[in-house]
Amino acid sequence: MELKIVAGEKEEVTEELKKVGLEEGIAERIKEDFLPAELTVTLEDLLEVPIEGAYAEDIILMLGREEKGEVKLGDIELKVNKSELSDRIKEELKKKLKAVRTKLTREKLDDIMERVVERYEKAKVEPREAVGIVAAQSIGEPGTQMTMRTFHYAGVGAIYITLGLPRIIEIVDARKKLSTPTMKIKLLEEYVIERNKAEELAMEIEETHIRDIGKIEVSAADMSVWLSLNEKRLEERYIKREEVEEKIRGIGTDVLVEVMEDRKLRIQRKKQSYHELLRLEEKVSNTLVKGIEGIRRVLVRREPTEGYVLYTEGSELKKVLRIEGVDSTRTTTNNIAEIAEILGIEAARNAIIEEMMSTLEEQGLDVDARHITLIADAMTMDGEVKQIGRHGIAGGKASVLSRAAFEVTVDNLLEAAIYGEKDELRGVTENVIVGQPIKLGTGAVELVMGE
Amino acid sequence: MKKGRFSILEHELVPKHEIPEGREVAELLDKYKLQKEQLPKIKKSDPVIKEIKAKVGDVVRITRRSRTAGKSLSYRLVIE
Repeated sequence: MELKIVAGEKEEVTEELKKVGLEEGIAERIKEDFLPAELTVTLEDLLEVPIEGAYAEDIILMLGREEKGEVKLGDIELKVNKSELSDRIKEELKKKLKAVRTKLTREKLDDIMERVVERYEKAKVEPREAVGIVAAQSIGEPGTQMTMRTFHYAGVGAIYITLGLPRIIEIVDARKKLSTPTMKIKLLEEYVIERNKAEELAMEIEETHIRDIGKIEVSAADMSVWLSLNEKRLEERYIKREEVEEKIRGIGTDVLVEVMEDRKLRIQRKKQSYHELLRLEEKVSNTLVKGIEGIRRVLVRREPTEGYVLYTEGSELKKVLRIEGVDSTRTTTNNIAEIAEILGIEAARNAIIEEMMSTLEEQGLDVDARHITLIADAMTMDGEVKQIGRHGIAGGKASVLSRAAFEVTVDNLLEAAIYGEKDELRGVTENVIVGQPIKLGTGAVELVMGE
Repeated sequence: MKKGRFSILEHELVPKHEIPEGREVAELLDKYKLQKEQLPKIKKSDPVIKEIKAKVGDVVRITRRSRTAGKSLSYRLVIE
């Protein structure tokens, strides 16, 4: 199809657009490009159905100015708001229509609205459509193209994150223990802009045990544990000597700490046996001086749009959200079980969608969000995150025949016979086996002749 | 460096949960020819349910942000 428009008209359109308050960027693009073509292309995307040549031409014809009767901005608002479209499409449509307002007439506006609504209704899923199987296939097929490789760098400084197929499986399995738990900690105010502040906060979060900041020796001669603290490490992590002493005393009421002249610490316990001494050494070594137990590493990174952000190895959402300077509204973890526990089932549902979409996107795969949404809905339907296992969500299926069709046919049939089970022939598999129409789509409705 | 409280309701992952009027629930169940028990569930122990103080048997309305529709409404029944 040939698309032409005279230069003078283009300029006019651009000015008009700016007056309407459309972003300059869009106005510029319309100036350079060809507006109706763009409109049809966008509408085509919006409705997810290919536009036939004739339809595109209709819209372009409608954009002509032959007919009189001006359309006001309010008319567009009113007409679009009154329609049965979803909010997002309404917003998009309004924007598009306002851009070509001067070229519209009332009849044309009505006509466009009618067609858009019609297409929207057509794009909806029909009742009794087997959406589950469609979702399963839509994720299954791209799944075959995903990497099996487990690890991937998350930038310099390297925090490993499970990606690709292993990550998808982890999500769908609703694992409580992740192979690579990680958090993205967003910061507040000055922490976002100042590197020092962000780093100080990172040290506040990263776990520091005594073994990380000093050398520990056991001396059987005087039955004590000797600790020499590394000055540089202490400074790096903003830890005072007194704090360390305090923590060691906290191990038990009978623990004695002495500071010697060379600043070494001598740690003793009243009960003196070699066995006790070794246990004391272990306790001292594992004592947490600073940070949150379970956050093994914190990485400070500057993101182009967000300022300084912390990435962690290990995840402790509840404790991290309580820390001052942490944005408790936007900090997240990749551990869905943790989100379900702390933020609730709806947050977990959102997290499943986000995590799956970003994993797929990272692999360069484009899966419609609605398929993922369906999976997330199915997983969180009972108020807790359930795994999608080899036998579906609930575990065993009700139907004998469908179980037999799946695995170990004879065993299943034999067992069902022993217990005298019945098969109600409600599912798809059972009906295919016995050669009846399945209860899906048109097979799901029964028609009775009216009078 | 500790701050005492934060509200989980303000977290970006948590959509708005509300307890709608009984009439709204009745209309919903009537429209889709449903029993309350056929709705998706949410546990009494769910942190958000604790915050909004819903009781077992209540239906909560959840206003989700949807990638495709912009905004969508959903309902869950509070269970034990």
